Amino acid sequence: MSFLDLKNVTKIYPNGTKAVHETSLSVDEGEFMVFVGPSGCGKSTLLRMVAGLEDITEGDINLDGKLMNEVDPSERDVAMVFQNYALYPHMNVYNNLAYGLKNRGIDKQTIEQKVNDAAKLLQISDYLQRKPSMLSGGQRQRVAMGRAIVRNPKIFLFDEPLSNLDAKLRIQMRLEIKKLQQKVGVTSIFVTHDQVEAMTLADRLAVINNGIIEQLGTPIEIYDNPKSLFVAGFIGSPQMNFLDGNLKNKTLSAEGFEIKDINSDHEGEVTLGIRPEHLSQTENGLINLKVDLVEQLGSDNLVYGQLKDKKDFCYRCPGNQTIEKNSNLSLNIDNNKYYIFDKSTGKRVN
Amino acid sequence: MTRFITSSFSHLILFIGILIMVVPVWMIFASSTHTSSMINMNGLQMFLGDSFYENYLRVLLYQGGFFKEITALKMFFNSFIMATGVAILSVVTSLMAAYALVYYRIKHATLLFWIIFITILVPLELRIFPTYSVMAELNLVNSYFGLIVPISASAIATLFFRQFYKTVPDELLESAKLDGANTWRFFVDFLIPLSKTMIVAMLIFMFVFGYNQYLWPLLVTTSEQYWTVVMGLKMMSGSIVHRFAFVMMSMVPPILIIIVLQKHFIKGVFQDK
Ligand SMILES: Nc1ncnc2c1ncn2[C@@H]1O[C@H](COP(=O)(O)OP(=O)(O)OP(=O)(O)O)[C@@H](O)[C@H]1O
Ligand SMILES: [Mg+2]
Repeated sequence: MSFLDLKNVTKIYPNGTKAVHETSLSVDEGEFMVFVGPSGCGKSTLLRMVAGLEDITEGDINLDGKLMNEVDPSERDVAMVFQNYALYPHMNVYNNLAYGLKNRGIDKQTIEQKVNDAAKLLQISDYLQRKPSMLSGGQRQRVAMGRAIVRNPKIFLFDEPLSNLDAKLRIQMRLEIKKLQQKVGVTSIFVTHDQVEAMTLADRLAVINNGIIEQLGTPIEIYDNPKSLFVAGFIGSPQMNFLDGNLKNKTLSAEGFEIKDINSDHEGEVTLGIRPEHLSQTENGLINLKVDLVEQLGSDNLVYGQLKDKKDFCYRCPGNQTIEKNSNLSLNIDNNKYYIFDKSTGKRVN
Repeated sequence: MTRFITSSFSHLILFIGILIMVVPVWMIFASSTHTSSMINMNGLQMFLGDSFYENYLRVLLYQGGFFKEITALKMFFNSFIMATGVAILSVVTSLMAAYALVYYRIKHATLLFWIIFITILVPLELRIFPTYSVMAELNLVNSYFGLIVPISASAIATLFFRQFYKTVPDELLESAKLDGANTWRFFVDFLIPLSKTMIVAMLIFMFVFGYNQYLWPLLVTTSEQYWTVVMGLKMMSGSIVHRFAFVMMSMVPPILIIIVLQKHFIKGVFQDK
């Protein structure tokens, strides 16, 4: 049994909403697990069940070898960082950090030691006497982290803790969280709907859709090998291009081109997925793109345009290539890096 | 120039308002420092006389009442006990009732709350006889307990605290839970400090409410030993300056409470900002 074990966990809210369906998942000690998925898919619900803030309708949650289902949140020894930080507004930063330790009956000196250590680690030593209302967003974020770290819990839970920060600070805090987690080595679960955040932070990633884990794996596994249309579309930026096609006798025919010798015996209506970055320009390529718009990001250009059948399509090329608006590009798919999904089930077939 | 005129005008109105409120009080105070014969001959006075100590000491220590059993000092003591008791008891019970209504999984909590709330529509005077007979059955007539308890359930304070608790974000409770706080600790360490300002405001409000009670103390006390200041005001006899002095003194406790607690009140408001 691993450190955290979820077995067939289901959550049905009192109003009948089924937020999580029979989900099983194991997280190893010290691992950084990320739950990613669109809004309302049940990420927070799953996380809150681990914390004990929501009852488990069905299934078991084991933490460190103990069944948690009936254990009160205060007894679980887990720490959570909330989206709005939930700092204690009437206590100064020191007491915000110390509160959990006081409740555990730890003596004053040890508390002071631990709070000061955590404050130093997070560079908030200068604000210990301030109230949360006198801190900036980033500083509040650190205090929230400090409150989690100082107790040295079995597991850290993060529920979209970066979504209230501006873009630059978010990237900085993302890095710091990752570094911190590696330094402290605490098992962590991080919830986000931002796939970049998910990819950069995760040791392993669970892509959740409609209360089900669609795919579980390392970020690279999931990027290279999405098992369903949903995962393929959710992970990767800009989004994967999807084209309609038909698969028969190992040959895929799409609007305007064909791909032969496909590694699949599946037949019927399919969706072809091609990532914008897995294309390159050649003479007489498979795909003809009429350019509408070029976004120059410096390192890359994002080329948006339409195929013959007016389907929107995106191509990503190195920033040193100049591409004219309204020009026609001829593109080939790199190294057979395309994905084929059954149109009705969304399952990967190649 | 027009601004000067309008602002002078509004100041004038304010000034008149202040005069209307302050002058009668001042006249009573000024008159209460003269001798009775002076007032009887010359009417109310605008300026201070020299019988302040004589009049006020006499009022405080004189054995008054029908049976000459109670001094004004004892009445102040009774009123203070009663008002403080009502203030503390009603704030404490309202805090706890609101806590239970908002944070415990009580079936039909909203319905329960509205039942509590409609008691506001039932004034004390309406339920005074049933309440009295309960107190009489319990042998609590002529006791501080009997004076305080029946008027200490405050639906208004419960309403205020409940509405406030509802604005406290759930994450705060959840965060506190994960930090190992049980329900009692959450109440003491979070809700009470967070509602400090409101608690002080309610204490002032309920103190004045308790202090101003007339009908209930009148009914539930038969012994003069339990007379309160407000009852004393009604029963008062004696010379006019002594009555004036008593009236003046009767205003002191509520004012004092407001002055003392207002400091915390304002401090609380600013600290939370
Ligand atoms: N207390 C509740 N009562 C009833 N339904 C709820 C409750 N909380 C959440 N839900 C429903 O459960 C589903 C999952 O909600 P959840 O909060 O887990 O989503 P999420 O993945 O965290 O979304 P977001 O990214 O927007 O935070 C949603 O359909 C939501 O409407
Ligand atoms: Mg959420």
